[in-house]
Amino acid sequence: MTLGLFYFFAFVAILGALGMLLNTKNTVAGALSLVATMIALGAIYVQLDAYLIGALQIMVYAGAILVLFLFVVMLLNLRHDEFGGSGWAKPVLATLGALALGAGFLSLLPGAFDPPVALPAGFGGYRLVAEALFTDYVLAFEVTSLLLLGAMIGAVILAKRKID
Amino acid sequence: MELQVVFKLLFIVLVIMAAFLPLITWVERKQSAVMQDRIGANRANILGITALGLLHPAADVLKLLTKEDVVPAGANRWIHQLAPIIALVPAIITLAVIPYGGKYQFDGWVLNLVVSDIDWGMLYVFAVGSIATYGAVMAGWASNSNWGLLGAMRASAQMISYEVTMGLSLVGLFMVFNSLKLTDIALAQDATFRVFGFLEHVFGIGVPAVLGWITLPNWGLFLQPLGFILFLTCIMAENKRPPFDAPEGESELIAGYHMEYSGMRFGLFYTAEFLEVPVIGMIVATLFLGGWSIPWLTQADILGGLTPALGVTFATVLCMVLHVVTFLLKVIVMIWLQMALRWTLPRFRYDQVMDLCWKMILPLSIANAFVTGGLILLLERGA
Repeated sequence: MTLGLFYFFAFVAILGALGMLLNTKNTVAGALSLVATMIALGAIYVQLDAYLIGALQIMVYAGAILVLFLFVVMLLNLRHDEFGGSGWAKPVLATLGALALGAGFLSLLPGAFDPPVALPAGFGGYRLVAEALFTDYVLAFEVTSLLLLGAMIGAVILAKRKID
Repeated sequence: MELQVVFKLLFIVLVIMAAFLPLITWVERKQSAVMQDRIGANRANILGITALGLLHPAADVLKLLTKEDVVPAGANRWIHQLAPIIALVPAIITLAVIPYGGKYQFDGWVLNLVVSDIDWGMLYVFAVGSIATYGAVMAGWASNSNWGLLGAMRASAQMISYEVTMGLSLVGLFMVFNSLKLTDIALAQDATFRVFGFLEHVFGIGVPAVLGWITLPNWGLFLQPLGFILFLTCIMAENKRPPFDAPEGESELIAGYHMEYSGMRFGLFYTAEFLEVPVIGMIVATLFLGGWSIPWLTQADILGGLTPALGVTFATVLCMVLHVVTFLLKVIVMIWLQMALRWTLPRFRYDQVMDLCWKMILPLSIANAFVTGGLILLLERGA
């Protein structure tokens, strides 16, 4: 049952990723395929007992970030020829990046078949994460939020200058 | 164990789908009629029997089912047909984590009246709710219509904005009850607190016996009054019903994101909106109105009072029935409140909807979280 669910969600995730890659003419359909991938990944996280990450994956990535993607794509109504895809740098860099990522995954493969480790109590829940975030890492947390605030204000100022 | 889950699912689906859902369209029409001094729907009849207009929901469904299912020219057929389903499913699966009763101890086994008692219940509700946005967005985009697209844009902006504030407005409540688990939150409200007890805790003043008698149930409504108003506003805006119906915008967008839908596919969008009304009622009742608990009567009180007369098993069953009925009554009160608000308030203009979210509710909910945190610190230090 659990394994079957894993295969189902893994299939959906890969199908969605392929859909995003191959839907170059229809950017909205591509973004919607990415949504399917994100939701499937969230379900896989939940199956791995990482409930918080799973919920955040669906809430933040599928529910918020990709809606904004869709919003922008719909607003701009992009066509494929407007991307200006000619030039050699992009495909070469993309291939190199994909190769590096693949090598990274392959290097982890030998350890993937070790017997599973028993989970500590409260694993994957929000309490442990919240405790770590607001005690040991509170400085990093606050600095990151300031950085995001700065980025947001910068974006607003830049956008406003264009409108004015 | 699996059999229990199936029974609970059947119960909650039957209550919602068979009792609340058809009735709620009737309630909407009749309540608006009463509020506007009209008679309301009363013509549908079988052999002259109109049953107060109760046959109208059945007539509506028959009409929708027999209508032609039109896909507009140039529309993306797949996404167009998928969108109503995606709009409806989140509302149904939210029911999985809502406790409609407490935990009951029988001979050797425990009955926990919730389909899935997960530790991250409210996170699940938020995650599922955030998927509902796609129903409107996909519908509007796939219709190949400018009105639909504008509706979809409005829907995505409005729903994302209110999701943010919906989470923030509940931070205070989570701090008070120290949990995201809906069953824990409901159980914590099955108790009372002394209204003037804080005098003793914080200032060390003895409370006179007369004032000590004044107690309130531990409801979120009394512990987080501002949070209640903010959360109710946000979750009603998520539902996209008037006064927050900018994505449909009858007066400027005709019907917005579901303009190009006909027949039962259009009906599914309406079903989703109507189904969300009792679901919102259940979430609000669980978080703020004590869930299944009966005010001033804890489960231990009821069991202790009934057991000598009725025996353990029968007392427990009676207690369970009382709790479920209490929960449904609270849900009905919340449905009434939503309908009353829907027919009282004029609809917001689109920029007013966004202003309300970012300029009013967001600062207020952050302030609410801060004040709640300060008060909790004060009470804990005093104790």
